[in-house]
Amino acid sequence: MGQFLDMRKRTLEITSVASAIIIWEIIARIINKKYILPSFTDVGAAFLKLVSGGELYRDIITSLNFFVIGMGVAIAVGIPLGVMMGWFKTIDKAIDPIIEMIRPIPPLAWIPFAILWFGLTKYAAGFVIFVGAVFPILVNTYTGFRNTPKVLVESGMVLGCIKNRDLIFRIALPAALPAIATGVRVGMGVGWMCVVAAEMFGVSTYGIGWKIWHWNDLHHMDLVLTYMLVLGFIALVIDRLFRYIVQEWWLKWQTGIVV
Amino acid sequence: MLSIKNLNKIYHTEEGDEVVALSDINLYVADKEFVCFIGPSGCGKTTLLRIIAGLEKPDSGTLTVNKEPITGPGPDRGMVFQEYSLFPWRTVLKNITFSLELKKIPKSEREKIAREFLELVGLLEFADSYPHELSGGMKQRVAIARAMVNDPDVLLMDEPFGAVDAQTRNRLQHELLNIWERKKKTVLFITHSVDEAVFLADKVVVFTARPGRVKEVINVDLPRPRERTSFEANAVREHLLASLGAEIQAAID
Ligand SMILES: Nc1ncnc2c1ncn2[C@@H]1O[C@H](COP(=O)(O)OP(=O)(O)O)[C@@H](O)[C@H]1O
Ligand SMILES: [Mg+2]
Repeated sequence: MGQFLDMRKRTLEITSVASAIIIWEIIARIINKKYILPSFTDVGAAFLKLVSGGELYRDIITSLNFFVIGMGVAIAVGIPLGVMMGWFKTIDKAIDPIIEMIRPIPPLAWIPFAILWFGLTKYAAGFVIFVGAVFPILVNTYTGFRNTPKVLVESGMVLGCIKNRDLIFRIALPAALPAIATGVRVGMGVGWMCVVAAEMFGVSTYGIGWKIWHWNDLHHMDLVLTYMLVLGFIALVIDRLFRYIVQEWWLKWQTGIVV
Repeated sequence: MLSIKNLNKIYHTEEGDEVVALSDINLYVADKEFVCFIGPSGCGKTTLLRIIAGLEKPDSGTLTVNKEPITGPGPDRGMVFQEYSLFPWRTVLKNITFSLELKKIPKSEREKIAREFLELVGLLEFADSYPHELSGGMKQRVAIARAMVNDPDVLLMDEPFGAVDAQTRNRLQHELLNIWERKKKTVLFITHSVDEAVFLADKVVVFTARPGRVKEVINVDLPRPRERTSFEANAVREHLLASLGAEIQAAID
């Protein structure tokens, strides 16, 4: 029964995607101008060319490299800061006003300073991604810590867990893991969106984001669209992979699917 | 041995009002005694237990356990909370080994000890389950085992069976008495059920409506194992119901 429903869902999904592609193809053929709307077959051909030349592979690796730099720093800064602000009231009071001032600034507005501070290097791109990703991680960690059930902290205390260090690592942090996972997931989404902008100013001659601008300048809209689709597809894969890892290993103790 | 002298506790609400939660409490509990607290809701029972646990500070008065003043939570006192309090990210076994980990007891040894206590509460087969896989009554049994494994002198229990159905509750009471008789701890047990108090307690402390004071202390000199409906039990129950009824009426007025 369950399998049957599953198959019906699958069939529906495939039908819907296939229809969208067919409609796209028909419209593109009616318009018949590659530089306005490339067709599905145009994009498919462009994609195959990119894959066989090995170019796409290098672009993906380059973009992922920026992404990992930005995400790595965002996690390394966002989680500890969220922990400290969530646990110690004085730290919260001291840092929160600064955070609230910086947070509303769109990550892309940091590009001039990213170049000024890091030059045209991968660290400049990483910095823009970092700015995009760090706040969701920080805020979710903070909220997760703030919402640690009081009864769990007190249970820990009566069982001999008294020091802040023990309470943080043995109680509040594990209790906040679902919230932190959500923060990292949202942060990755925002960070990946920043990749396009981070590559726009030319820190490298490879990269998915860079290639979108590059081929746009040369009016190769089939290639632009191909890179756009690759960008979306990688975001999807990263998200699914993260969700899978979190649910299978990290947060197996959870009742429902929260992340 | 637990002693409380002239204890007062006042809460200050955010609106600036004062709530006198406990007023001039004097209480003495001998070692290995089973004491039940009963009183109208809001009379300060939980507050008193939390003060004894060291989770809350009194405004005045002296509290000692084995002649040592209480300044904060300590291994001589364990607590089972009214709400479910197991760590959801730990298995049942790992919940019980929590305090042993803090004491740096080696893994194999602490798991052996934990299994002993799991057996004591009849949940050995659930050692590797997560709390969300347990029923309410089972969660509280694990919480009891988790508190007991730390080997406290005093076990504080705040309406631990308040949220379980009547049948389960009866079984849990039996099990608790078994454990208490085997491990011989001092138990302070809050309940709102007169039946529960009569079945469990050596001594029942009745509290007045707010501000909470000790209204009377009733010794329940009934032989164990107890018959829930014996003539003597009924007499104690009636006395308690009358005493409590007057306070509940006062709380409503
Ligand atoms: N943190 C608090 N702040 C203000 N008032 C409180 C607080 N905790 C308890 N109280 C008040 O103290 C009184 C006693 O509460 P409690 O000890 O929970 O009663 P019981 O457990 O007997 O029902 C109640 O009126 C309650 O509203
Ligand atoms: Mg209470």
